Amino acid sequence: MAALRLFSKVAPKEDLVVKGARVLDPAEGVDGVLDVRVDKGVIAEVGTVLQANGHRVVEAGGLLLAPAFVDTHVHLRVPGREDEETIESGTRAAAAGGFCAILAMPNTDPVVDSAAVLGALVEDAREQAEVPVGFLAAISKGQEGTELTEMAELADEGAAGFSDDGRPVSSPGLMRRALQYASVTGRRLALHCEEPSLSRGGHMHEGAVSAELGFGGYPSVAESLMVERDLALAAYEGQPLHLLHLSARESVAALRAALADGVLATGEVTPHHLCLTDEAVRSLDSNVKMNPPLRSDEDRSALIAGLIDGTITAIATDHAPHARHEKEVPFEAAPFGVTGLETAFPALYTHLVEPGLVPLETIVERMSSGPAHAYGLEAPRITVGAPANLVLLDTAASWKVVEQQFRSRSANSWLLAQTLHGQVRMTVAAGRVVHEA
Amino acid sequence: MGEIHVMREGLLPPGPPKRRHLISITDLGKEDVERLLGTARSFSRSLEREVKKLPTLRGRTIVNVFYESSTRTSSSFELAAKRLSADTMSIKAAGSSVDKGESLKDTILTLAAYDPDVIVMRHPQIGAPQLAARYCEAHIVNAGDGKHQHPTQALLDLFTIQEELGKIDGLQVAIIGDVLHSRVARSNIQALTMMGARVSLVGPPSLIPRGIGAMGVEISTDIRSIASADVVYVLRMQRERMLEGANYVPSLREYAARWGVTPERLRPGQKVMHPGPMNRGVEIDPRVADAADALIEIQVRAGLVVRMAVLYDLLTHGPVAVRELEPEGVA
Repeated sequence: MAALRLFSKVAPKEDLVVKGARVLDPAEGVDGVLDVRVDKGVIAEVGTVLQANGHRVVEAGGLLLAPAFVDTHVHLRVPGREDEETIESGTRAAAAGGFCAILAMPNTDPVVDSAAVLGALVEDAREQAEVPVGFLAAISKGQEGTELTEMAELADEGAAGFSDDGRPVSSPGLMRRALQYASVTGRRLALHCEEPSLSRGGHMHEGAVSAELGFGGYPSVAESLMVERDLALAAYEGQPLHLLHLSARESVAALRAALADGVLATGEVTPHHLCLTDEAVRSLDSNVKMNPPLRSDEDRSALIAGLIDGTITAIATDHAPHARHEKEVPFEAAPFGVTGLETAFPALYTHLVEPGLVPLETIVERMSSGPAHAYGLEAPRITVGAPANLVLLDTAASWKVVEQQFRSRSANSWLLAQTLHGQVRMTVAAGRVVHEA
Repeated sequence: MGEIHVMREGLLPPGPPKRRHLISITDLGKEDVERLLGTARSFSRSLEREVKKLPTLRGRTIVNVFYESSTRTSSSFELAAKRLSADTMSIKAAGSSVDKGESLKDTILTLAAYDPDVIVMRHPQIGAPQLAARYCEAHIVNAGDGKHQHPTQALLDLFTIQEELGKIDGLQVAIIGDVLHSRVARSNIQALTMMGARVSLVGPPSLIPRGIGAMGVEISTDIRSIASADVVYVLRMQRERMLEGANYVPSLREYAARWGVTPERLRPGQKVMHPGPMNRGVEIDPRVADAADALIEIQVRAGLVVRMAVLYDLLTHGPVAVRELEPEGVA
């Protein structure tokens, strides 16, 4: 079984000392005002009043130093839509958002379903990627839901997992085979749960708001029915799986029950599902159109509760760049998806931490070690001997989200023109400073 | 009439003027509706004169952009503008650059270059008028956007009820049929409840949207529940908006048998309304459509004066009594 690999351009590792920050690593049980010294990209010492040793010194009094974030759900849009995003622009955006590693989804054009397509991406990542990036490959050829991809070869070639994200694996029979076969690769299946015959024609959550606005409804049960099916299959096969972008309270309940029964499942949630409800769609703004859709206040509460109690262990952005002209159309004509890499932490800090809905420690853990563990990636840690994967955050800073500052090639953010609290001051990924502000 | 509602300040059109638009019934308050109905009544009297044209909007330009087929709405908007002496221009999607794949944004930018005062717009997609309002300085009047809103239809229905029954407050109105696909139903629910009527929805469960009870309506699947209504408002079965194979009803035959409005299902004196075009023999029995208690032609006539009132109100912002105006040629 080939080890899980991420790819980035080769660059010198750095020597630095971050002084005087509040160092917070909930997974390691670290929380205190400390200095952190990095020698050649590796954390060499954590303590008080560390000597600079000729290293670059970063004065970080009043700032927060945490394990850098891991985003396991990113659409880099390559190959095929280089006008919307590239490996270079997407990983720059990730660095600006405090991420030290990302996983890219395979629903590109062509789909990442062969060693040839994957190999080309790996090569590009070695030349362009600012932060390490891993690539998921498709579960089914062309993501058409009929034939499995050559998962073993894809894993050898570097696939970090398998997903037909963007669409469900409709056939329960094929889903079962995928679970069986993926086990030989040591990679996770990541599932987009949607029953298409229930979501068809749906542009937003089915409920009071869709009834009033007239939009076709995408009911919660279209997701939770598929979540329940996939959990039942995972239980039957005794295989692990990862549930992408959960949105409905029934899905959270199903995952909680399956975990209690010992099913090897993990689940993720996006910042937008944690921060918004379907009420936002009253604006008719195509930048609040995503799949799965924003749901009711009860769903949002259930997602937050699931995040806090550990049913949901990962926050992932589902960063989905779209060309401006494709979003500047009536809501129903617009594609699903919003960007998220550059705004994830500030959005969560502003909408969840500051109002007292979720502790800061939970957000940090669910953005770093939680998602890493879901795919078996090495978790960023602030401990001696670990590679330096660090994010320096200024929780006192406030800034206005404007289109011009995005590193992403696309600006379809649900946060445009909003003022957010919390700013990423520095990102260290795999021992290298990849972002400073 | 209200400003358009946008979530983010960054979406507001640049420049100083906040234009008044009629995009949704929720743009209006009760006083606005009363003022508009009053203006429409004055126009109604003015149309009884021999010379029907008023000079009120002379020199103004009103552009009608229709991305969906329409007889009643497009003709009444055009005639309303002409009766008020405005210059009008009508553009239909078929035969325009829309056929060549031009985006809504680009079409609006093109029209905006002519500095129209009002753009009347019908579009098959929800929110198209809001989008248009972002890209031009004209007042936008929504003449129907997908399944969302058709505010001038609701206003003309209020006008019809007010004229024929003498009041709206306290009346009971049953809306029957394909509520799911109906912008007329959505606008009418908001307009009628705002003016104090009680609204109930009747139809097959698959065509009553889940969650619509939050709009303050009662819901029934039993056609017999229309018995207590003062007004029976029949909706068109919108076959063109139904997803193929969605099986909303097993057949139109079964729908007509269960929910069709027939003389036997009405009691004498119950008024019947329909926004048109009718599917005779499906949602409405021809005998009902042609009966004396049907207000369907009166609705069409109301459409003209109500649309005159809307254009007049948007461009003059105020309850000026129409009787003070002189017909063109005299002034």
